[in-house]
Amino acid sequence: MSEKSAQKEVIVVGGGLAGLSAAMKLCENGCRVKIVSVTKVKRSHSVCAQGGINAAVNNMGEDDSPIIHAYDTMKGGDFLANQPPILEMCLTAPAIIRMMDRFGCPFNRTPEGNLDFRRFGGTLYNRTAFCGASTGQQLLYALDEQVRRHEAKGLVQKFENHEFMRLVLDDQGVARGIVYMDLFNLKLDVLKADAVVIATGGPGLIFKYSTNSTFCTGAANGRLYEQGMKYANGEFIQIHPTAIPGPDKLRLMSESARGEGGRIWVYGDSSKMITTPEGKSIPCGETGKPWYFLEELYPAFGNLVPRDIGAREVLRVCELGLGAEGKAQVYLDLTGLSEEKHHKLESILEIYKKFTGEDPRKVPMKIFPAVHYSMGGAWVDWPAADDVDRWTRYRQMTNLPGCFNVGESDYQYHGANRLGANSLLSCIFSGLVVGGEIPRYLANLTATHRDTPASVFTEAIEREQTLKRAIMDRKGPENVHKLHDELAEWMVKNVTVKRNNRDLQLTLDKIKEIRERYRKISLDDHSQFANQTYIFANQFGPMLELALVITKGALLRNEFRGAHFKPEFPQRNDTEWIKTTIATYDKAKGEPVITYEEVDLRHLKPIMRDYSHAKKVKPTLENIPSNLQLPI
Amino acid sequence: MENARYILKIFRGHPGNQYWEEFELQNEPYANVISSLMEIQKNPINRQGKKVEPVVWEQGCLEEVCGSCSMLINGRPRQACTALINVIIEETKNTTITLAPFSKFPLVRDLIVDRDSMFENLKKAHAWIDVDSTFDRGFGPKISPEKQEMMYALSTCMTCGCCVEACPQVNAKSKFMGPQIFSQVRLFNANPTGMHQKAKRLHAVMQEGGISDCGHAQNCVKVCPKNIPLTDSIAAIGRDTTLQAFKDIFSLPDRE
Repeated sequence: MSEKSAQKEVIVVGGGLAGLSAAMKLCENGCRVKIVSVTKVKRSHSVCAQGGINAAVNNMGEDDSPIIHAYDTMKGGDFLANQPPILEMCLTAPAIIRMMDRFGCPFNRTPEGNLDFRRFGGTLYNRTAFCGASTGQQLLYALDEQVRRHEAKGLVQKFENHEFMRLVLDDQGVARGIVYMDLFNLKLDVLKADAVVIATGGPGLIFKYSTNSTFCTGAANGRLYEQGMKYANGEFIQIHPTAIPGPDKLRLMSESARGEGGRIWVYGDSSKMITTPEGKSIPCGETGKPWYFLEELYPAFGNLVPRDIGAREVLRVCELGLGAEGKAQVYLDLTGLSEEKHHKLESILEIYKKFTGEDPRKVPMKIFPAVHYSMGGAWVDWPAADDVDRWTRYRQMTNLPGCFNVGESDYQYHGANRLGANSLLSCIFSGLVVGGEIPRYLANLTATHRDTPASVFTEAIEREQTLKRAIMDRKGPENVHKLHDELAEWMVKNVTVKRNNRDLQLTLDKIKEIRERYRKISLDDHSQFANQTYIFANQFGPMLELALVITKGALLRNEFRGAHFKPEFPQRNDTEWIKTTIATYDKAKGEPVITYEEVDLRHLKPIMRDYSHAKKVKPTLENIPSNLQLPI
Repeated sequence: MENARYILKIFRGHPGNQYWEEFELQNEPYANVISSLMEIQKNPINRQGKKVEPVVWEQGCLEEVCGSCSMLINGRPRQACTALINVIIEETKNTTITLAPFSKFPLVRDLIVDRDSMFENLKKAHAWIDVDSTFDRGFGPKISPEKQEMMYALSTCMTCGCCVEACPQVNAKSKFMGPQIFSQVRLFNANPTGMHQKAKRLHAVMQEGGISDCGHAQNCVKVCPKNIPLTDSIAAIGRDTTLQAFKDIFSLPDRE
């Protein structure tokens, strides 16, 4: 190892698609990578992504193109996302698919042996590549294998079952490493590096009942936020229309079930009326007969409307008292599909059967919307290709110099609503981007962590030790798991599909109350080994701070955009609200300080989202730079 | 049945100090072993009415795709998330369900064991495709849908360890790698690019503790939660290693 490359040390926190993609690209660019993950990276939440990954490869002769993909993504996100990163992501997508194919990711095939593509929500094109119904798992494994290849060469060192505690910032506020904890022996330690990539996924566990894995607490981003990292668009939480209710989690029922022809219905009731998107009042189907309400309300997209719309319509139908078996649930019907289609969806059909005991090939599934994805996340920079300061700024870097953020934990690509099968793409893409930006960042540094005084590291670790002792020593009547239940109940009720300002304010106050009571918890476990009660109690503090960010952002945004639906303000308000919400931590104030930032709409002017009679369009994007350099 | 109570009898503790402890719980519709453990975590009172340290276990996706929550449930290695309480009670006609950590891996605490050895085997067996770089070189080789389907099945291995736990050949006296790795060797050797490193992978499982230590008990395939054809893989790799042994003596690379 030469002197120069020995200095290119990078820490990647999180080993899902984004973290592994970053680690792989960093190795290729001559860095040595330390991966810190709360679990074996192969078990990361990316495995849960079922349906697929979007790329306008145009293998199906539909005249699809990355430009249309970018157009769909900008429009699907209701014009809240900055457009330059979307453009480059969609342009890179076909190369990402080809790369993953070369890695051996077992994509489904056509008879000729080419990759097969299916249709997903929010688009009229078959542009979703897939591996059965566990695409995320297969993509993650393919990257895990590539990272293992670099690990075998000695370029990667893994710290699995270790958790990120805090960023070490030097006197100039520049990242120089992290404090992390061994989740087995609870020891705190420091890792030094001049760049840190955070790829820790979403904060679904704030809602407790979500489609997320139990790893997805959002604690890492919460901790960074408390250290001064700006958090953007927190209020945009995607609710997936179709999940299987359960006592421990809400299990995702992939959009691919509808992509392959699954239909959503309830028994109709012609005595009840519903308003269509055009404002017409129509009866709720025929009494006693299946009413395919999405197909009737949105003839063009039908069951494949974007997720925010799907979730709202399911809720609306249930609120009319039409829920299946009188409960808050609707039917997702795959019984009419061919054996071949059932086979393609086998793994998700098996999951439904395993968890409910019913065979979805024979009886319709019962599903309900669930918290699924956070469009918001760490604010990160994106100098566009033709910006004059392109090469003095760094893409995917947070406002904390040297600290980058990628994947679901950043805010960059999905605006107010994410399209299905775009998340796997944005994870891999942002990881590849950061893999190119960091070597340049490191090359431009004038000092390294070797020049940082030792006291900076000892102080950082002491702060965490003090916090650990404080949490262990707390003595009071409260139980952290019950506080979590209480937080979740408020968040799910008031900060998901339908929001109103009165309840949002009450929720904000409630979170603060829970935060006070959190100081009066007693742990049921005080041992120093694999103490999960302490580990969770330690995560719960930063989770509460992010809950405030989500709720306050929602309270202040008086409009209806994407996943943020407020019946008091039923219109998208482009004159006042095309802006990114930025939350900054303020300990003294006790709640987030919210400011706003302009959205970069240089490629496509906002148009209304219309999914009832949209036709295939040949959109043009403006101001496409001629000097684009894609990451692969 | 749904309102009945049931007992989780858990083999727990630290290395060198394991003991059985019972917890009584109210049965809820669709409850599974994980949701039951979550209840214990919230309210860790054992059957004697004594407050104890909450049980610790590994969990992740709760959808049986991550492989985290492996444990012995009524003595059988499986994923805890898909272990529905009512189904188990119905099958066993017994309202006591036992939980224990895997026994073939080092114990961490309670139901957590350290399954590192399986990941080390992936390294030893060269379980990846050697690509030149990430840069765009077009698609990989074409693969028939039939072959893809087989490869996909092999690739759903979550490294959960159920097969290793069930295998009688994996024990303190043997160096056997366990059944998991052979399906991975088969997977990467089936890949049109991966097959260039076929010999490397086969050599890895021709060492002491490799494929020849399989005793053909066939327990592995019975417990695999993903129905991976583990014994077919062992048979296929067994044949390949025999051929490889001859090739190692007689073959020339350009004649492959």
